[in-house]
Amino acid sequence: MVFARSERPRLPTAIKILVAGGFGAGKTTMVGAVSETRPLRTEEVLTDRGIGVDDLTSVEAKRTTTVAMDFGRITLGNDYVLYLFGTPGQERFWFVWDELAEGSLGAVILADTRRLADCFPSVDYFERRGTPFVVAVNCFEGAPTFELEEVRLALQLSPSIPIIMCDARKRESSREVLITLVKHSARLRAEPVGS
Amino acid sequence: MRGGTDGPTDEHWVDPEIIRPYVVTRGRTQPAHGRFDLISMALAVGPPPGPDAGLDPEHLRILQLCREPKSVAEIAAYLDLPAGTIRVLLGDLFDRELVSAQEPQSEVDMHDMKMYRAVLDGLRSL
Ligand SMILES: Nc1nc2c(ncn2[C@@H]2O[C@H](COP(=O)(O)OP(=O)(O)OP(=O)(O)O)[C@@H](O)[C@H]2O)c(=O)[nH]1
Ligand SMILES: [Mg+2]
Repeated sequence: MVFARSERPRLPTAIKILVAGGFGAGKTTMVGAVSETRPLRTEEVLTDRGIGVDDLTSVEAKRTTTVAMDFGRITLGNDYVLYLFGTPGQERFWFVWDELAEGSLGAVILADTRRLADCFPSVDYFERRGTPFVVAVNCFEGAPTFELEEVRLALQLSPSIPIIMCDARKRESSREVLITLVKHSARLRAEPVGS
Repeated sequence: MRGGTDGPTDEHWVDPEIIRPYVVTRGRTQPAHGRFDLISMALAVGPPPGPDAGLDPEHLRILQLCREPKSVAEIAAYLDLPAGTIRVLLGDLFDRELVSAQEPQSEVDMHDMKMYRAVLDGLRSL
């Protein structure tokens, strides 16, 4: 809902993309590499307000949890602003993701080949939620190298899910990952424009 | 966490960093208006308020930041306050017609091919 409409300059439309992955997989690095400022940090104090309605989470709902998120901004012309959120990887924070994932364009899951299994929970989560995602294999020095198709097998990714190599420290490489995600999301969700 | 839910009366044991958000909002946890999410955008509008507008320093800092459109998350990061606190303060400013704000979730149409094109073009020209 637009709160106020006036003659003043229109507010840009904000779009968010989540950057997920296991502990130390390079989430903050990627956010910083493509954003126009160094990664910012915000804290969300979560109580029952933002939490789901099922029985499992209602136990959680009695408590207040503070979750810190790294994020960055990419201004895309006058009409759009893209926000990248590095999502907390710890499993006990998964309920936070619902609020973040809601209305998002999609997610990048960073896979660290030293600990491939760490990104299983993220893959499961976005699959279940139906959020478009791509897997970016972050190549750390000295880490075992895999063929992308081996990683796809290990993660049991369906053939339709894009998987690419990246270096989260490099702007160009991280940008390529985002472009892959946006194209993938458009394929899944955009309706072709008439004519 | 220190100063959690027990013993709110024993102020000496509560970390000031934990109290600050509540002081700033005078204990309010919900904005007077709207449901600002982390990427709700806000923009300062209208003439700057005078000293008798009854605004707190945090309100004024938000107005200053929002001379260019900023999200709730950015305002929270720059003011070093939790996002929930910023929502409350933005609600106050919105009430006084000092900011224009919009909720993004209804605004972005995830089926809109134009949006995807614009984002792709923007990313390619980074
Ligand atoms: N060699 C190499 N190092 C990387 C790469 N990406 C990140 N790193 C390094 O790995 C470390 C962890 O990266 P972060 O970006 O902090 O990882 P994170 O996922 O945000 O970590 P948490 O938030 O703690 O879960 C940092 O020291 C980075 O410099 C990469 O692509 N290649
Ligand atoms: Mg991090």
